[in-house]
Amino acid sequence: MLSAQDMQEAAAHGRSVKAIYVYEAPVRLWHWVNALAITILAITGYFIGSPLPSMPGEASQHFAMGYIRFAHFAAGYVLLVGFLGRIYWAFVGNQHARQLFKLPIFNPRWWREVLFELRWYLFLEPDPKKYVGHNPLAQLSMFFMVTLTMVFMICTGFALYGEGAQDGSWAHTVFTSWVIPLFGQSQDVHTWHHLGMWVMVLFVMLHVYAAVREDIMSRQSMVSTMLSGWRLFKDDKP
Amino acid sequence: MTETFYEVMRRQGITRRSFIKFCSLTAASLGLGPSYVGRIANAMETKPRTPVIWLHGLECTCCSESFIRSAHPLAKDVVLSMLSLDYDDTLMAAAGHQAEAIIAEIKAKYKGNYILAVEGNPPLNEDGMFCIHGGRPFVEVLKETAADAKAVIAWGACASWGCVQAAKPNPTRATPIDKVISGKPIVKVPGCPPIAEVMTAVVTYMLTFDRIPELDRQGRPKMFYGQRIHDKCYRRPHFDAGQFVEAWDDEAARKGYCLYKMGCKGPTTYNACSTTRWNDGVSFPIQSGHGCIGCSEDGFWDKGSFYDRLTGINQFGIEANADKVGATAAGVVGAAVAAHAAVSALKRGRLEQSDGDNK
Repeated sequence: MLSAQDMQEAAAHGRSVKAIYVYEAPVRLWHWVNALAITILAITGYFIGSPLPSMPGEASQHFAMGYIRFAHFAAGYVLLVGFLGRIYWAFVGNQHARQLFKLPIFNPRWWREVLFELRWYLFLEPDPKKYVGHNPLAQLSMFFMVTLTMVFMICTGFALYGEGAQDGSWAHTVFTSWVIPLFGQSQDVHTWHHLGMWVMVLFVMLHVYAAVREDIMSRQSMVSTMLSGWRLFKDDKP
Repeated sequence: MTETFYEVMRRQGITRRSFIKFCSLTAASLGLGPSYVGRIANAMETKPRTPVIWLHGLECTCCSESFIRSAHPLAKDVVLSMLSLDYDDTLMAAAGHQAEAIIAEIKAKYKGNYILAVEGNPPLNEDGMFCIHGGRPFVEVLKETAADAKAVIAWGACASWGCVQAAKPNPTRATPIDKVISGKPIVKVPGCPPIAEVMTAVVTYMLTFDRIPELDRQGRPKMFYGQRIHDKCYRRPHFDAGQFVEAWDDEAARKGYCLYKMGCKGPTTYNACSTTRWNDGVSFPIQSGHGCIGCSEDGFWDKGSFYDRLTGINQFGIEANADKVGATAAGVVGAAVAAHAAVSALKRGRLEQSDGDNK
């Protein structure tokens, strides 16, 4: 890692590095917009699968399911546009912007650090390491639980959306036309889309816990880094 | 020379006026403009009847039952004659060797020029011995007959997807016909059974235009399978309003609210029931107060209960579905996180203590 090297060199020259700018503004903005979109998508999605109790009266007086579905679709569009923007930023942003999309799987040192992080979480390592970007274990879990899950949810989600938008709509052309035949029929796509939501819920639970825990127990800032972009280090040791 | 459709119709006492009415109705049901009425009439007047061989594999004959109930009288009385349905085990008068000889005769006489309609599917286990047709495994007869056909129609869920005999664990290895026949255009007309008017319209389209209708990726005619039941359901306003039947005997059921929560498969089923309806347009399942069971969808027997909204995931227990599996996983992870947090806090507490001691 270049920045880690920079840091070591800086340390070797007798200068301590207190803070490094890691997450650029578009990455931070995406993170929070995405978090909001996922929250709305998970809640509305749950209520699409298990709707709220019925309301009495004329159908023309209500639009409950309509509003819930509208919120779901709107948040879905936000998620899609955000994701495309995030992919763009992976190309033009700094190296940390690429961590979500590229795993250094051929780097043995990276794998050793994954193992180290696992041991740290299993209380087998007394002291944590310093990382500028994501720690390798976090990167691994984000790649599988965020990047891949999001791709899966976008494909299945917009395939289901395209069913309602119907033949000729962009969603039908781009997603529905191949996703539904791939699964065989629409019912299975619904089920898998639903399971994908729960994978995302599991990720959010682990993610929030790990971020808060590391903020307290690691040697660098976590939560505030996603607000300010600056990674602050708590000590001068390498 | 075989008679034209028009000649057959006239011979059967159909007036010119009724004939033209039939043509306009057919044009309308195929979604074509009025200018096509003349073309349909012209085709019927001039084209020799296309012979159709109708084979039956593993099936329940509900497709045939539906077909002969095609609402429009002309469809019932004439489409059968107009088809020149030369072979159909359940409808023809001939029997035994006499009947089987007809297949050979048509194959030779109309090589590459007849339509093969298949109801049911071939089982492949035990060399196809679970379905015997004229003393031979059905799969052999099917392959042979398809070899010289112009096009193949897969009637119903059996021929299209496999249906109940292909439901897990599928002991006879019943296989949809498109997995057995290669190199021929196959039109899938799924449903258990398909709607009568859809069946007659598909046949009429193929005879009139001499080509198969436009198909979607899964081989179904777009004109009848392009939309879901849900998209044209007359109870859709109740869905959008969030008004659902919660139990079969509640007030909402009497008022005709949406059957979504009762497991209606309308939102995932592509068919024309909510537009064409059944039995001369009298009704369709949802209109009769029961949810759609998704009978025209691939593997509809294996997608859990007809009365569940969310498909059961039985690997995790017979009552499980995506939400129960997900919530359980979330509970386990939540407990793990809580335990991990507790241990972390203890560790940190001890660390701070020892730090304090050092100072």
